[in-house]
Amino acid sequence: MMTQDKNSNLSTLKNEKLQPQSLAQKLIAKSAGLEQVSVGDIVTCKVDLAMFHDSSGPRRLKPMLESLGAKIWDTSKVVLVLDHYVPAVDAQSTQIVQLTRDVAKQWRLPNVIDSEGICHVVLPERGHLKPGMLCVGGDSHSPTGGAFGAYMFGIGATEMLGVVVTGEIWVQVPKTLCMNWGGTLQKGVSAKDMMLHMIAKLGMNGGDYQAVEFCGQAVQKLNMQERMTLSNMSAELGSQVGLIAPDQVTIEYLKNTRADLSDEWVKEALETWHSDPKSECEVFDFDASTLSPQVAAPHSPANSSPIESYGEERFNVAYIGACTGAKIEDLRAAAQILKGRKVSNSVKLLVAPASAREQRIAQEEGTLQALTEAGATLLSNSCGACAGYGFAFAEHDRVISSTARNFKGRMGPSSVEVFLASPQTVAASALRGELCDPREYLV
Amino acid sequence: MSPSSKVWRLPKDIDTDNLAPGAYMKLPVAQIAKHTLESIRADFAGGVKPGDVIVAGPNFGIGSSREQAAGVLVELGVRAVIAPSFSGLFFRNAFNLGLLLLTCAQAGLINEEETLQIEQQMSDLSSNEASSGTHEGAHDGANDGAHDGAHDGAVHTFHIVAPSGLRLECKPIPDFLMQMIDHGGLLNVLKYKYKQN
Repeated sequence: MMTQDKNSNLSTLKNEKLQPQSLAQKLIAKSAGLEQVSVGDIVTCKVDLAMFHDSSGPRRLKPMLESLGAKIWDTSKVVLVLDHYVPAVDAQSTQIVQLTRDVAKQWRLPNVIDSEGICHVVLPERGHLKPGMLCVGGDSHSPTGGAFGAYMFGIGATEMLGVVVTGEIWVQVPKTLCMNWGGTLQKGVSAKDMMLHMIAKLGMNGGDYQAVEFCGQAVQKLNMQERMTLSNMSAELGSQVGLIAPDQVTIEYLKNTRADLSDEWVKEALETWHSDPKSECEVFDFDASTLSPQVAAPHSPANSSPIESYGEERFNVAYIGACTGAKIEDLRAAAQILKGRKVSNSVKLLVAPASAREQRIAQEEGTLQALTEAGATLLSNSCGACAGYGFAFAEHDRVISSTARNFKGRMGPSSVEVFLASPQTVAASALRGELCDPREYLV
Repeated sequence: MSPSSKVWRLPKDIDTDNLAPGAYMKLPVAQIAKHTLESIRADFAGGVKPGDVIVAGPNFGIGSSREQAAGVLVELGVRAVIAPSFSGLFFRNAFNLGLLLLTCAQAGLINEEETLQIEQQMSDLSSNEASSGTHEGAHDGANDGAHDGAHDGAVHTFHIVAPSGLRLECKPIPDFLMQMIDHGGLLNVLKYKYKQN
């Protein structure tokens, strides 16, 4: 559908002086086939990868594609993940899952990940993401891909239709909001606490659909799973993307998933995919060393404050789950607290590891046993109660959860009260039956 | 000038679970629509009439990418949502489904049950000249413009007029997004293009 000769655009721009570019600008410019872009420009980008799942994908796309008489532009660039309605809990879910599997065969999709984990975790795990890509996902937590230096954002099903028939999407070049974290996190404080703190400061739409970039010493020290937690909850900041410039930590993760990273590619990726000095950005400074564990009271992630500000809060359910809060490092962090201890009689501790592969790692190294021996019940590797599409909490449950959203009526009936916290805080609270600072167990 | 529309006032931070609760997401949009806003405004889904408008506080549509959150409002015949700010993801979904969103810093001045008029004009950013009611057919397609092959700077300006005579300015909307409203959503825009090819 592109009618204009790109080369004429490029040659004109090359004659102008190039402006310093943010990481977001560089990623968009590359995908738009332009030398550089300016904040506010509306451009059309080529999509390197489109991910959708059993809720947003085939069941919505198939009828629309058929009404157009159109086909998917490039099935090798599509990844389908079954994670929202699995395991099916009723006849309607069963029907949705069956339709999804049938369509996957009919469309001959080469990349289907069925009941093996949550899309935002299995996508990088299978080596589908790398720095420099522009990706879309049929899910609001798609900014998780930003942890890998990819411009990845969530879109609805109709917009996904546009992507799969044209291979393109429009983007308005965002401003960059730089979340600059100095210092070192205390033991028992994690990326989830950083994120809840930022959401409380900026509000749930404080990201204003611009590009958030996480940087600073404290961010560089985080492992990939913790970085993914930051990018993941950019959705709760309301930014379009949550980017982290790739470094050696990123490359090490990628090397474990892809064999084909050449030295030249790595060198170029590290040299290219970062914000230029003096590029346009608004800086927000934070100090990691003074950060306490954070807790978000019902019914908004923006309702977060330091754990010290809370009085007694009793829970009957503790939930470690979701792409936000049940990755391998989240399970390890919880196990550190739970190992050799028992969950309170008044609490049901539920653990839904975010991917089957990470669950196997947890099992091999003993992390999983530490959780189950403490009294945790294991749930399937899917979105579970976080999406609220199948398994959900019961009337009047009081829940402490490592997930991303505690909206009224999301994870069960309107009477359910969900508090959000880090996996460590959820684990410590499960031991006590009430809100508990994980640092008490880590001295 | 437009037909007048009755106002439903909603608070700030209306999320996608308020609009399309997760428990009903297995169902077709027509059925989810019966539960729209039931957790905070039980009289809405049964009482809203085609042509009514929602006037809400800031951050309308935060949360999920589920476009059913916009789809239920289209299903119920809501003509437009007016708010000081929207979730960016919801904003895209709404236009893709043909639902007009008007970003109006002073939306808080509008009252429940008031009857509003929405004025629309088209203008070209480069020339800054406005011409009323000429947007339809003036540009052909969301992907055929200048620059990057998509977007040529033409915008539509909107004003909301309350019974008191109060006239509120809204943020301009690019022409390629207004074409989605005129065609009833992206699917119809694509159908139109596929027919032409």
